[in-house]
Amino acid sequence: MSSQISAPPPVTSLVRVRCVVAITALLVTPTQAQAQPAKAPTRQPATFGIGRAATPAEIAALDIDVGPDGAGLPPGRGTSADGAPIYAARCASCHGKTGKEGPNDALVGRVPGDAFPFARDPRAPKTIGSYWPYSTTVFDYIRRAMPPDAPGSLKDNEVYGLVAYLLFLNELIPADAVIDAASLPKVRMPARDRFVPDTRGAHKPAPGSSRRQ
Amino acid sequence: MKKVSRRALLAGAAGLVAAGKTAAMQAPESPSDPSKVRGKPSKALGQRAPSEKPQRQVRSGAASGTPHQDLCGTITPADLHFERHHAGVPEIDPKTYSLLIHGMVERPMVFTLADLKRFPAVSRVHFLECSGNFGGRTGSAELTPQQLAGLTSTSEWTGVALATLFREVGARPQAKWFLAEGQDAALLTRSIPVAKAYDDALIAYGQNGEAIRPEQGYPARLFLPGWEGNASVKWLRRIELSDHPFMTREETSKYTDPMADGTARIFSFLMDARSLITYPAYPVTISRGWVEINGIAWTGSGKIARVDVSTDGGTTWSQAKLQEPVLSKAHTRFRHLWNWTGGEAVIMSRAVDEAGYVQPTRTDLIASRGVSSVGYHLNPITGWLVRPDGTVLYKQEPWG
Repeated sequence: MSSQISAPPPVTSLVRVRCVVAITALLVTPTQAQAQPAKAPTRQPATFGIGRAATPAEIAALDIDVGPDGAGLPPGRGTSADGAPIYAARCASCHGKTGKEGPNDALVGRVPGDAFPFARDPRAPKTIGSYWPYSTTVFDYIRRAMPPDAPGSLKDNEVYGLVAYLLFLNELIPADAVIDAASLPKVRMPARDRFVPDTRGAHKPAPGSSRRQ
Repeated sequence: MKKVSRRALLAGAAGLVAAGKTAAMQAPESPSDPSKVRGKPSKALGQRAPSEKPQRQVRSGAASGTPHQDLCGTITPADLHFERHHAGVPEIDPKTYSLLIHGMVERPMVFTLADLKRFPAVSRVHFLECSGNFGGRTGSAELTPQQLAGLTSTSEWTGVALATLFREVGARPQAKWFLAEGQDAALLTRSIPVAKAYDDALIAYGQNGEAIRPEQGYPARLFLPGWEGNASVKWLRRIELSDHPFMTREETSKYTDPMADGTARIFSFLMDARSLITYPAYPVTISRGWVEINGIAWTGSGKIARVDVSTDGGTTWSQAKLQEPVLSKAHTRFRHLWNWTGGEAVIMSRAVDEAGYVQPTRTDLIASRGVSSVGYHLNPITGWLVRPDGTVLYKQEPWG
């Protein structure tokens, strides 16, 4: 058998390969045959060509987020006077007549001296004025999710008016202030500098070290 | 005997009373000798045995918890996986579903569900836990494992690696964060570091071998192993890559952690190591003799390295047996044999993970975090008080 392999007959290379495979199959046990390594896995291509290009219109229809720098704020404007009747009609039943009563989240109220007592006083309400670090978040959240019985139904000017009213109730802007894409990001929130990165090693766990709680 | 008394007592547990009594009354009578009656024929969809009635504990319209006291092993049945949603469970047509990826990418693209399933898939077993998963501050000692920590579950998740999709759209190197947006009525949004996408994030469409459940984000969701559940945005419709986080409501006014030093942690994604004894636990009654204490342990940092069990209120600790294989970022079952001689005892468990993190005491947590109202990321060592009559209560400790 081995002499046949070392002195192959004059056949084409394809036939020769088949002969060698056949001879090898005779020489090894079934267990050995199964243990022979398979070909290496196919490497992933750079791209698969699956999916299709998104159109600018498709992106614009969904891209409603507002960044902390005001990026994404739409045209429009509103004042607290514009927002007050909308609040009474659409918001007060859940958040209270003045934004403090609930039953859902309290939206209005400052802590004396703008202190940050939340870890020691579980009853301190986390309102827009006491806890929210960015004014732009108020616009983004109302426009995307409020009111719960008709989310996404408020027009941009109505949202600007509501934001102005809530910022006014929190004593962050005067009653006649106009809130729009230019002015909203400039409203500085009292809790802005209270927020700090997670030090537990959330992004890079530190092996062998016992972290802070 | 252990199983029977456990089941009977469970039926009487707070929150399960109605379901338990109904089940008992409606349970069909089994033949006295099943071997003398021809059995039932095959059918298209299997069901639990009629006497098995595990139920999620519905806490509100927006959350329900896994009945850990009724489960064994490590996998949570999909219909018992906990729920948490912020504007209800949306109904999404899989035929019209699509995922848009845009922002700092070379090629903004849209993927249908069929597209997502054409990409190379991966399946991994992971826990998912709501960061608000601590129910031990109610002032009651009559709390079940489900009430204490029902907002964690483990499934096998199948989907496409988010890294694969980011390569497909050509994510730009300056993109450090991405916004994930759901298609629920809250259009829930969270900002996630892009590094997580290249680590182990998935767009998941499969759960325990079938399509993910509507409550879990059908037809497709983001899944971030080891990170707080809220960030694994369900019913995912859009991803936008950016060089900064978006500061959404869920990551600023919610899901941040006030600290005792007057700051608040933001983007506190990691779920730290935790363990919980699920047997014996309220409301079972145990008998004298050998008891196999068991429970679950998990950590977002990787694998559970060790679970210690104490049967003397934390004075001495023994190493529990871990059920192999121990999987990364997954519930791990631990077991410890205990010969209960009948005296009052406090049993407790303490998890240690492969990053060296040790599950903290309640005192440690309060020193660092204070007593804030919501209490995200609370993972204290939890004890059960075994009384001389064999009844078991949650070992209640003051929280501030």
